[in-house]
Amino acid sequence: MDHAEELLELLCEDARHSTADLARLTGLSADEVEAKIAELEADGVIQGYTAIVDWDAVGDERVQAHVECNVTLDRETSYRDVAKRLAGFPEVQGLRLVSGDYDFALEVEGDSMREVSRFISDKVAPLPEITQTVTHYIMETYKQGGYRFDDGGDDDRLSVTP
Amino acid sequence: MTLTPSDRVAETPPSGIRRFFELAEEMDDVISLGVGEPDFSAPWAAREAAITSLERGQTSYTANRGKRELREAIAEDARRWNLEYDPDEEVLVTAGASEAIDVAFRALVNPGDTVAVAQPCYVSYRPGVRFAGGEVLDVPTRVEDEFKLTPEVLYEAGADEADLLVYCYPNNPTGATMDRLELAAVAEFCREHDVAVLSDEIYADLTYEGDHVSIAEFDGMRERTVVFNGFSKAYAMTGLRLGYAMAPSEVVAAMNRVHQYTMLSAPTTAQYAAIEALRNCREEVAEMRAQYDRRRNFVLSRFEEMGIDCFEATGAFYVFPACPGEDAEAFAEDLLEAEGVAMVPGTAFGAGAEGHLRASYATGLDELKEAMNRLERFVA
Repeated sequence: MDHAEELLELLCEDARHSTADLARLTGLSADEVEAKIAELEADGVIQGYTAIVDWDAVGDERVQAHVECNVTLDRETSYRDVAKRLAGFPEVQGLRLVSGDYDFALEVEGDSMREVSRFISDKVAPLPEITQTVTHYIMETYKQGGYRFDDGGDDDRLSVTP
Repeated sequence: MTLTPSDRVAETPPSGIRRFFELAEEMDDVISLGVGEPDFSAPWAAREAAITSLERGQTSYTANRGKRELREAIAEDARRWNLEYDPDEEVLVTAGASEAIDVAFRALVNPGDTVAVAQPCYVSYRPGVRFAGGEVLDVPTRVEDEFKLTPEVLYEAGADEADLLVYCYPNNPTGATMDRLELAAVAEFCREHDVAVLSDEIYADLTYEGDHVSIAEFDGMRERTVVFNGFSKAYAMTGLRLGYAMAPSEVVAAMNRVHQYTMLSAPTTAQYAAIEALRNCREEVAEMRAQYDRRRNFVLSRFEEMGIDCFEATGAFYVFPACPGEDAEAFAEDLLEAEGVAMVPGTAFGAGAEGHLRASYATGLDELKEAMNRLERFVA
């Protein structure tokens, strides 16, 4: 595994690793780590840093939905064109073109079900290329970004073993 | 008569780890670097195979030597280390590598036989030899030799007179490994002095620099070597208790005689998990090894920053720093009481370990970071 890949793995595990810790973990110098990360950011490999939050745990009432969208394209319009319009909405947190029964998978977030529903019916569905939307509200999140929300992480190993 | 322990048991001191364990258990907020088992869980496919076997009601004994399917998978896996064993005659599946080692002592050691024990070592070897009626010959390895076995070290200890030599590389507690050239010298010593070898290779898959080498691959060594391995460390299956031994057929037959009168057969559920582990879980092993390797880099780097001499471990999941204080036991206890960090004093692992501490990095990175910060504060 090259150093770039190793750094990316470590940052995916925990984007808050300090430069010093990344250097210790990889055997690179702190300067090398900083340079490599700067390069990855400049190249657009690293697109951003974010936290994985269990909003239920802080009593936040935000609503998330997974929306399936079907589109019909014409000669002048590509998937990329439709994606550009959809991605422009701040309510859209995630957007992927997928294979299968529908074309786009949207992750939509709002403060209430009413707000999310309005967004779908007023902003998404009326787009000329959109032929159908199916909205699935997220009832509970058990795992996100590789983190299990229900995992207490209790270590029941004996404190000292051979 | 009243129930009293046998002389052999009475004369065997409790594990040096035990006392430290009791201290650590009494305290809250302890970050333990004293744990000799993975902090990962067994690969899901292996766990699923165990669950499926239970659902199917596969809860009977297996053949004494272990399920043939598993023995075949073990023999196939051993080819990675240039070892060729017949799954029918030369493989014995046991309840953990620990059982395999105990069975080997009891099958191969006559009362009064001398067993050279390379140290520092896993805590069970010396008592195991005594329980089998053998005499332990301490073979301390030295930090200046990077805790490797050398013909010089063996001669100095008088191991040329020994009947058996037992060692473990990659090593618990030092993290030392032996390369092909170094093992070739030990092999030559053993052939020259007609010493048989018990080679504990439970950490073989946790070798970070170079490839693991087994002494059994050298000319004239296969017939005088028992190789031990298991699923506890590389596959994070400690609680499933599954290990194995590979040796010439007459040795496995002798070991199986002891095994069948004590264990009958290794746990069936674990055997199903192990078959799946060997066939389909190599990627998970590689991922765990990569994570251990990063943590190894991390702790070695932190010890260096603190100015604590630390032997550069190349295997297992332990580092073996020199104790910053004069007395490792006192230091470990003070560190535990003051900062709640548990590191095991090296003396628990026999001769050659004086003045050292064992720190396991089989623990989460956040905890490792915090433990190192606390240690730094303690030694400042």
